[in-house]
Amino acid sequence: MLRFLTSLIASFQEFLVLAGQAFLNIFRRPHYADDVLLQMDIIGIGSIPITCLTGFFSGAIIALQMSRALNSYGAGSQVGAIVAITLVRELGPVLTALLVAGRNASGIASELGSMKVTEQIDAMRALGTNPTQKLVTPRLIATAIMLPCLTVVADAIGLFGAYLVSVPLLHVMSGVTYWSTSWRALALNDLVQGLVKPFLFGILIALVGCFYGLRTKGGTQGVGHATTQAVVAASIWIFFVTFLIDKIFANE
Amino acid sequence: MSEKPLPIVEFRSVSLRYGEVWALRNVSFALLPGETRIILGAAGSGKTTLLKAVIGLVRVDQGTITLFGKEVTALKENELFALRGQAGIVLQEGGLFDSLSIGENVEYPLLNQQTTEARVKSPPRSGSFEERVRETLRFVELEHTFDKFPSEVSGGMRRRVGIARAIVTEPPLVLYDSPTAGLDPITANTIMALIAKERDLTNTAALIVTHRYQDGEMMANFRYDAAKEELVELSEEEQQSTARIRTRFMVMKEGEIVFFGTRQELESSDDEYVKRFVRHEA
Repeated sequence: MLRFLTSLIASFQEFLVLAGQAFLNIFRRPHYADDVLLQMDIIGIGSIPITCLTGFFSGAIIALQMSRALNSYGAGSQVGAIVAITLVRELGPVLTALLVAGRNASGIASELGSMKVTEQIDAMRALGTNPTQKLVTPRLIATAIMLPCLTVVADAIGLFGAYLVSVPLLHVMSGVTYWSTSWRALALNDLVQGLVKPFLFGILIALVGCFYGLRTKGGTQGVGHATTQAVVAASIWIFFVTFLIDKIFANE
Repeated sequence: MSEKPLPIVEFRSVSLRYGEVWALRNVSFALLPGETRIILGAAGSGKTTLLKAVIGLVRVDQGTITLFGKEVTALKENELFALRGQAGIVLQEGGLFDSLSIGENVEYPLLNQQTTEARVKSPPRSGSFEERVRETLRFVELEHTFDKFPSEVSGGMRRRVGIARAIVTEPPLVLYDSPTAGLDPITANTIMALIAKERDLTNTAALIVTHRYQDGEMMANFRYDAAKEELVELSEEEQQSTARIRTRFMVMKEGEIVFFGTRQELESSDDEYVKRFVRHEA
């Protein structure tokens, strides 16, 4: 038990060291702008289709469930407001982050893990490149920028999905009422929270993916293990951070 | 004394221990510009560790290591990257990036140097890097593989790509970690001929770790004749003249250098351990 705790603390310490280096590298030369753009393309643009699909269906499902429940109280016109708040504050950021964690934390961990076990990371060091600078920092920057953007897309598509369900499908209210109630429901606090969360999730997903990738040991099996660990750890972190932020914002 | 050039690499009483095992034990030596040093030794005798310590990939416990006049042992990991970029290295299994094409692999050190601005001396020649990469691949006779991926070519070819990548920046020092390990004798000879050609055309210093005595013999007894475009064997007289000898041997045993000298001295050694590497045919 003691050994388990020690190794847990040691891992966390290693994680913090990697995070610290990755952040410091943002301000240090050399800068790998090409790698940042490439990662933004892979992580950001590549995740748009899946984010849109998830956003659309989560909006539609909330609208379906809520319109039934709210209609029984005669409050069907509030569907737009509820969907907006739930999506922008919680589900948009969390679902998008979980998807990107599944798609990219695993991708990053397996890519870096394969490089590690085939000694390409060592080759990189030998050739005079700082692996943290070349591999971790671009992924960190790319994910931290792209995840909030993806979340905004998911929120918008989700609101549209909810509109399709509540207006043309169930005729709960008029289109104008839907859009005006949902827009008015959102306070500045919700928007800030809806953007701060994905920014932090982005940082976590990239760092967790890189961390497990870079400490991969033992060949192909090790790569698989690192990938699984990265997705599990990233998902747990996402829920934990959501809880923390909700606690902070709820106390305001 | 003032005419004596400064060593490119210098080890002073360097030691490193992994638990009870000595990886390096009180190792001291110097490598001058243009010199070739063959490091022989059994598996686990510390050859690769020594090579890695030169560029700070392995940090040692005691002693000082200088590379290009800078003290590697006093520098932090972050400060070492620029210095490492100035030396060429051929890793044991080639260490190629499998997601990059062969052309991109060879181009990598040039781009890296451009990004880190590691070297002030010898700035990139005019024209794009592609010409330079093709020229280097032509040198190792692999220009046709420019667009291929490392997984698409044979092991010997990958090793040659590794050499091309190490020499593309025309470094004053190239480190070779078992360049012929696991290759058939013919391919191994091709590789060593390339290394000798590179050395003689550009006067590069080289540290070559190997377990094959023939590799060292080839480096010591042959030189590249640019006019004939082939390797020629040195005459007996040339082989004997100490002034011309630029290839020396070091034999390592359990982290220690147990022999240092020329090919003739190595062949006439009475030490049982040293003799194993001379007589033993791979």
